[in-house]
Amino acid sequence: MNTKDTSGDVRLSGISKTYDNGFTAVQPLDLTVPQGSFFALLGASGCGKTTTLRMIAGLEEPSSGTVHLGDQEVTNLPPYKRPVNTVFQSYALFPHLDIFENVAFGLRRRGIKSVKQQVVDMLDLVQLGEQARKKPHQLSGGQQQRVAVARALINHPKVLLLDEPLGALDLKLRRQMQLELKRIQTEVGITFVHVTHDQEEAMTMADTVAVMNAGRVEQLGSPSDLYENPNTTFVANFLGTSNLIEAEVDSKSGDDIVLKAGGGKLVLPEARCSAPTTTGGKVLVGVRPEKITLTPADDAGEIPAGRNRITGKIADSSFIGVSTQYVIDSPVCPEFEVYAQNIDRDSRLRPGADVVLHWNPAHTFGLDAAQDIDAGVDTEEEAA
Amino acid sequence: MAAVTEAPPLAPAPEKKPPRKRGRWTPYWLLLPGILWLIVFFALPMIYQGSTSIQTGSLEDGYKVTWHFSTYWDAVSEYWPQFVRSGLYAAAATILCLLLGYPLAYLIAFRAGRWRNLIMILVIAPFFTSFLIRTLAWKTILADSGPVVSALNTLHVLDVTNWLGWTSGDRVLATPLAVVCGLTYNFLPFMVLPLYTSLERIDGRLHEAAGDLYAKPFTTFRKVTFPLSMPGVVSGTLLTFIPAAGDYVNAELLGSTDTRMIGNVIQTQFLRILDYPTAAALSFVLMAAILAMVTIYIRKSGTEDLV
Amino acid sequence: MAVVRWFKRHFVVIAGLLTLGYLLLPNVIVTVFSFNKPKGRFNYEWQKFSLDAWKQPCGVADMCGSLSISLQIAVWATIGATVLGTMIAFALVRYRFRARGAVNSLIFLPMAMPEVVMAASLLTLFLNMGAQLGFYTILIAHIMFCLSFVVTAVKARVMSMDPRLEEAARDLYAGPVQTFVRVTLPIAAPGIAAGALLSFALSFDDFIITNFNAGSTVTFPMFVWGSAQRGTPVQINVIGTAMFLVAVLLVLASMVITNRRNKVKA
Repeated sequence: MNTKDTSGDVRLSGISKTYDNGFTAVQPLDLTVPQGSFFALLGASGCGKTTTLRMIAGLEEPSSGTVHLGDQEVTNLPPYKRPVNTVFQSYALFPHLDIFENVAFGLRRRGIKSVKQQVVDMLDLVQLGEQARKKPHQLSGGQQQRVAVARALINHPKVLLLDEPLGALDLKLRRQMQLELKRIQTEVGITFVHVTHDQEEAMTMADTVAVMNAGRVEQLGSPSDLYENPNTTFVANFLGTSNLIEAEVDSKSGDDIVLKAGGGKLVLPEARCSAPTTTGGKVLVGVRPEKITLTPADDAGEIPAGRNRITGKIADSSFIGVSTQYVIDSPVCPEFEVYAQNIDRDSRLRPGADVVLHWNPAHTFGLDAAQDIDAGVDTEEEAA
Repeated sequence: MAAVTEAPPLAPAPEKKPPRKRGRWTPYWLLLPGILWLIVFFALPMIYQGSTSIQTGSLEDGYKVTWHFSTYWDAVSEYWPQFVRSGLYAAAATILCLLLGYPLAYLIAFRAGRWRNLIMILVIAPFFTSFLIRTLAWKTILADSGPVVSALNTLHVLDVTNWLGWTSGDRVLATPLAVVCGLTYNFLPFMVLPLYTSLERIDGRLHEAAGDLYAKPFTTFRKVTFPLSMPGVVSGTLLTFIPAAGDYVNAELLGSTDTRMIGNVIQTQFLRILDYPTAAALSFVLMAAILAMVTIYIRKSGTEDLV
Repeated sequence: MAVVRWFKRHFVVIAGLLTLGYLLLPNVIVTVFSFNKPKGRFNYEWQKFSLDAWKQPCGVADMCGSLSISLQIAVWATIGATVLGTMIAFALVRYRFRARGAVNSLIFLPMAMPEVVMAASLLTLFLNMGAQLGFYTILIAHIMFCLSFVVTAVKARVMSMDPRLEEAARDLYAGPVQTFVRVTLPIAAPGIAAGALLSFALSFDDFIITNFNAGSTVTFPMFVWGSAQRGTPVQINVIGTAMFLVAVLLVLASMVITNRRNKVKA
């Protein structure tokens, strides 16, 4: 497989966008999206993800840098000369044309005469064959969304750009369309670049996710990589929930770093620390809520050795079916979150109870302490 | 016209083009013909008129600019009654339009149901019959021996209007009442349509909310509906008052020499007496007065975004 | 008491319908008197029923000629004002440029100016330039005062249009011209049509500005004005009635067609 097809690669080099009013939406950015991948640009509104997408589409001129599709430079090509199609936010279906003509639009503009069979096939693919002669406003949101996808895909673009394509749908339909889009992508094998503010959506659908914040890519990787091993507090907080503890580097032993936090000691694998570690330096230690086990303080002796431990008092607990979420008041962190699966519920775990929190050190990650510890916290709530 | 945005390149484009601004000049090309038209045939004439108003001379010898500002003084001191009359008639017609038009606009917006489109058509349709023909019809309606006048006479309404000076004797035609009635009729749609537009935007649930909060129907109207329809009231009164103040057709067709408005004077001076400086001065004063009133009115009613 | 309560509840409806009656009464009179056979020169008093005027709508000297002049002017004024006004509206909504405030004022002022002022000042210009008054001076004046109304109508429509639609067209291989012809123009069409219709009505019915700038040309409103002095032929009422009926029928027909089309598609 040495002759890998790269004609659907999207390569952005040093691309940036500064508007006339001086606002910089995208800082100089290098990014390569490999052919055939499902790539998500994830971030809160205003982070520059849509501007990046529009620069790939040609709807926005970059202030610097170049855009390549495969080996072809397209930086100065207008959108109608790029082999790229877009599924727009709120779909932008032409209200004066029926569904058939909406889907046929791109083919007709390229001077293709016999469009009928292609359009019919495409409408069947998205299960809208019956609706061909309706106007867009007569369709439901989910149907409009499928027309938008069909209208773009029928042109066999090298890259399909999706700008918040599911934002206008209700939760249930959104889940369904996520799977549907994923299926279509696997079937047609076209490169998808998907812009979204919904971290769950990005993680469900994409092979690779780039988390953007304030015009920069914070981190790029597979969904599990980003979740298990975040490099910045923004990623740690924006993707799911993280408990972050300020700690001081005490010593190193083998591949591990030993840290002091609130009188206790925590162990962090050096490979999972993205910050420089010098003895006496500060590091933020993170752990995901579902990795932690809660044990009542009375049973502390039963906890196996070699686990990271912290003591605290249960401040609040809420039962949400599959799990129970606890908020723990701990000397090292005032609002420590723990998610416990509801398998064997210990009736002693009630608000007010003293507990020990412990987890496998391999699930610990380390971040640079010079960052805002709450970065990405509010934005996630706003987006949800 | 969109072709202007992107001239096709004559030769293959060089590899590195400077970042171009697409269509930097497009807006100016789009604006040019229309704006030029308005400058030459609207703004420039105003300037010519200003200069004519301070000229002296005669038709035979020609006119010269002599900065003869006393034309203004002479014109205004001679024709101030017509100015005042224009203002009064236009104001009366505007108030009548508001009183008559509001229920109709309200009816179309909230109460018409499936009749809404039909009533809208009936409001607009008279436009398609020349307004002069329709104004002449008022001569028949208000004819001295007609049913309207005899009914008013029997009910002694004419005694009241005579006493007020709106009518004289047993006639309605050739009196101020007839002129105001004609003005009201002619400009009523210009009141109804903006009122309807702003009423229609009001969420019907606001009425329910007000009722839910213990407002009686009239209180709901006074505290909720009317304030929310203010943009329509403002543009409706402007669209009625401005043309009514400059009108001379109704005064000519339905009035008498005692009901001449400033429009009649300007028309006569221009087209019959051919005293251009006086006519220009009068027209200039009318324009200034109306612009000043409109500006103050818009400021006071706090709807500057109307413009 | 029941009557009072009923009256209170339906006050708005009653008042509104009375106003509607006030608006329509003259049209009823115009229609009825188109069947009159007046004794003298003036058609103000009912004499007896006759179809004479309907049988010979052009039986009055010069009337149909003036009607034809009015129609020609209205058509050309509509075309001119619609093209120029649409261009301005697009520039105002879609582009940034200098002197936007001045342009906006220049558009607004003609609508806020009494007609007689515009009429008089335009005549001053034509007299100063030594222009021959007639068909073309009327046309110039009509395009001038219709322009602002077209701009307003088209602007409202283009402003409510989603700019993404044009981006979608460009994304789907439509160049600038194609985008304009296939997407922008069809979507803006209702606004442009409204502006054009308004222009036609305003131009066809204009009297004051026309009267000042017509020279010896006689449009239909000027013919009516003149006949108010000399004697009103019944044929004027015939024309007025016919125009009213044609307008109402056209609107009703278009409504029925849209209704039916929506039903078939739904």
